[in-house]
Amino acid sequence: MIRRQDGTRRIGVFVCHCGLNIAASVDVEKVVEEISHYPGVVATEHYMYMCSDPGQDLVRKTIQEKKLDAIVMSNCSPYLHERTYRTLAASEGLNPYFCEVANIREACSWPHLKDREGATKKAIAIIKATVEKVRINMELFPPVIPLTRRALIVGAGIAGMTSALEIADAGYEVVLVDRAPYIGGHVSQLSGTFPTLDRVGCVTAPLLARVVTHPKIKLYTYSEIEDIEGYIGSFDIRIRKKASFVDETRCNSCGRCLEVCPVSVPSEFDRGLSQRGAIYRSFPEAVPSRLLIDATSCVHLATGNSCRACEEVCPAQAIEFTQEDVIAEERIGAIIVATGYDLFPRERIGEYEIDPDVIDGIQFERLLSPTGPTKGEIRRPSDGKVPQQVVFIQCVGSRDPEHGVIYCSRVCCMYTAKQAVLYKRAVPEGQAYVFYMDIRSDSKEFEEFVCSAVEEERIMYLRGRVSKVFRDGDKIKVWGADTLTGKMVEISADLVVLALGMTPSPGIVDLAHKLNVIFDLFGFITEAHPKLRPVETLTAGVYLAGACQWPKDIPDTISSASGAASKILSLFSREELLRDPLISFVDEEICRGCGQCVSVCVYKAITLDPKKKVATVNEAVCEGCGACAATCPSGAIRHKNSTRSQFFEMIDIAAAEYV
Amino acid sequence: MNLWYYPGCTLKTRAKNAEDSAIVSMAALGIDMVELPRWNCCGTVHSLAGDDLIHHIAPVRDLIRVKEQGGSKVATICSFCYNTLRRADILMRGDAEKRGTINSFMDEEPDYNGEVDVVHLLQVLRDDIGWKAISEKVKLPLEGLKVASYYGCTLLRPAEVAIDNVEKPTVMQDLLRALGATVIEFPFATECCGSYQIVGNVGFALEAAKNILTSALRRGAEAVVLTCPMCDYNLGLAHRELKRQRGDLPDIPTLYFSQLLAIALGLDTEVCHFNLNYIDPQPLLQSKGLIVEGVKVGE
Ligand SMILES: Cc1cc2nc3c(=O)[nH]c(=O)nc-3n(C[C@H](O)[C@H](O)[C@H](O)COP(=O)(O)OP(=O)(O)OC[C@H]3O[C@@H](n4cnc5c(N)ncnc54)[C@H](O)[C@@H]3O)c2cc1C
Ligand code: SF4
Repeated sequence: MIRRQDGTRRIGVFVCHCGLNIAASVDVEKVVEEISHYPGVVATEHYMYMCSDPGQDLVRKTIQEKKLDAIVMSNCSPYLHERTYRTLAASEGLNPYFCEVANIREACSWPHLKDREGATKKAIAIIKATVEKVRINMELFPPVIPLTRRALIVGAGIAGMTSALEIADAGYEVVLVDRAPYIGGHVSQLSGTFPTLDRVGCVTAPLLARVVTHPKIKLYTYSEIEDIEGYIGSFDIRIRKKASFVDETRCNSCGRCLEVCPVSVPSEFDRGLSQRGAIYRSFPEAVPSRLLIDATSCVHLATGNSCRACEEVCPAQAIEFTQEDVIAEERIGAIIVATGYDLFPRERIGEYEIDPDVIDGIQFERLLSPTGPTKGEIRRPSDGKVPQQVVFIQCVGSRDPEHGVIYCSRVCCMYTAKQAVLYKRAVPEGQAYVFYMDIRSDSKEFEEFVCSAVEEERIMYLRGRVSKVFRDGDKIKVWGADTLTGKMVEISADLVVLALGMTPSPGIVDLAHKLNVIFDLFGFITEAHPKLRPVETLTAGVYLAGACQWPKDIPDTISSASGAASKILSLFSREELLRDPLISFVDEEICRGCGQCVSVCVYKAITLDPKKKVATVNEAVCEGCGACAATCPSGAIRHKNSTRSQFFEMIDIAAAEYV
Repeated sequence: MNLWYYPGCTLKTRAKNAEDSAIVSMAALGIDMVELPRWNCCGTVHSLAGDDLIHHIAPVRDLIRVKEQGGSKVATICSFCYNTLRRADILMRGDAEKRGTINSFMDEEPDYNGEVDVVHLLQVLRDDIGWKAISEKVKLPLEGLKVASYYGCTLLRPAEVAIDNVEKPTVMQDLLRALGATVIEFPFATECCGSYQIVGNVGFALEAAKNILTSALRRGAEAVVLTCPMCDYNLGLAHRELKRQRGDLPDIPTLYFSQLLAIALGLDTEVCHFNLNYIDPQPLLQSKGLIVEGVKVGE
């Protein structure tokens, strides 16, 4: 029911004391007395804690007894209890948008603690204005949006795999896309994990196996997102499957081609510590175990030369030099971005010489890995000697606004400690040094791990920065400061390991534009709210998992991946999507189609109808921010229940008390 | 094309080898370097602390000379002069209050409000001419000459005056490559040469300079190329000291970048005044077939 036949609404006003939070400075009884005479108000009540069960019962009872059409809850900010009271109103048969909150706590009693008279007067003004609003509120119903209950996940690192399995296990289909030929992301390159030092294979193998065999997961490796159209509930995705020049259905992975390919280029997976051919498998245990040809290094594909050695030996006739990229199309309802990270570009730290024996953290992980280029023996790249003096340098690129980025990369203190410990275990007579700024070991069992590295493994921690790293004959000289003794230190090392900071994965900005999500100064995707909505973006239906958001270790990555998956599961728990009706609408009689609203809408929710030449609002996408309503020169686009005339009415009433 | 040029004291005296070789080479590259009239000391030696305005007067006065001539850009060859002029210019551009104080102190001069761009000649070579154009003009490529470029500090620090990446500059290597030389990278390219410490703390300065030469030698360099007369002086002294300590050490002469530029452009090497080099580079240059007969070197 919108209005009584005579056009009026029976309005109830409920005033909360909030203990003394409100009642200390607002004279609640006086407020109630005054409001009870206000036109249209047919019931007033006050109570110590209106949000408590007895308080809510009082509201319920009054709605029934006084046959209320609308209620004004006068209490704390709508951020806290608007939803509580709207749900209550709905349960009593009112349209939930006939419940409004008059904020007399944050906006009145708190700022005017010492002025009881003034606060009481202001509370009355606020409530009267809110009564005016609710008197002309529209009756609203949540728009119903069709929902495709399939999810897209971009990036199949530990984050993407975790989310994919959780959604797929709940019975919904997942389209999982990774641009690498294999799944697993960076974790596949690691050796052991801190603080327990369990082998990475043990952590990831079960996940990998389940992802590739799961009937609900549709995997696209060596593929990228071409473009995205649509909005929450129904996105249309085009996926570019890059040509691999090997017919996956025929290839039986025998590997004969690997032996005959004449090309030798640095392996991406081993970060240059080993070589691969133009036809290659990223690494022996890669999942899926596919072979592919890299067109830029293949002699035949790059130069047209008639090499074709792989084709000759392939018993399965799986080589297809004519293969081209293929575009696949998928309709999905929600998206998780899980594109992870990359390492800070080390060449930007010019004072650390580029040298085969000055390596990055992932390269050291490859040296530690039993399946790596040295089969797990720690041998330095230049000459294969076992290094006796190893210097680890932390914060390379991180916490360094001059050369790098200002933020802390969060995982490098821990992985450095892990690497130094694993080194000491492999080379007990060797000495490991760690240069650090301070140790950030703030998670479960992390500090204990670092302490044992220092005390039991005798790793020499030096607090200070390194100013220069350069080759000096057979050694790598490291010049640093030990700020605890106030001395300059020079170490002649055999191997130097740089704990490079984390940056977002390359191409993230391009993907962010396609998804219409916001990213920060560095390219990390920005969450909807840093505390309250950490796995959502401001774009409805797009969620975040893992290190694409900020540097994260595996536990943090998994937590966010589960969080994002559960957001999608709750979205998929209905057959259709119900959206908040507090959004914009267009008065087509007034709209002259100037399009200013289209340009201010960050959500891309408004389009111009080419035929009618008026703006139209997509109810699935509009977030109700109100930017369009503030911009529209003719007042044609308005925000439901926050129209200009409603606000002017409220201002008139509120100000009337003061003139 | 004309380019206003500020020489500074050393280039007119002890470092004539840097000046003449640069001016003649630039002419060959189509740029006439016109010496600024009435220039005065660039003001180096004194600290350029931001709260010590009196020492900014000399460099600012030089910039006013450029402005007076209607110039909007001035080039230096000496990197010390570059540093002082540029820092004074940055102060004048960035700090309105200090600009006011300095301008009103020099009430006999027109005001200076940052109208002049201060550049080092290496920047002109890189940004205005370009490596490609230079390499096309090379008549005698410096083939087989293994050179390490040494920057010292004044072209790069403080960071706001740096003509290149502070930690890993490449401009001189790029020039030398364009001239056909074999570039040797060495880790001491931006380490301190000891600078003015050579006056009061000789032992320290010589140690610093010796490390630079030995590092270049160990990387296989045959010569060190530089831009700064101060570095040249210290490295020269250090070289003598090194030779005294270890007679078997090979010579590693220092050369101004402009001297190698002149040679590669095929110009008359008289402009190189090799007699002013602390360590005679002629035997090396002859052995590479880059000069025919040497001039006598004596101090
Ligand atoms: C040297 C080192 C050692 C470490 N050791 C440990 C440790 O011991 N313990 C620990 O907890 N953590 C450790 N970490 C951190 C760990 O690597 C991360 O927490 C983890 O990899 C984050 O997972 P992710 O899935 O978010 O990102 P990633 O592992 O980076 O995976 C992202 C995936 O997305 C794909 N992708 C990226 N962009 C696109 C795109 N545009 N389109 C399609 N696909 C895309 C990538 O190919 C990749 O497969 C270490 C990190 C480093 C650098
Ligand atoms: S985690 Fe440690 S090493 Fe990494 S940036 Fe932060 S403080 Fe530096």
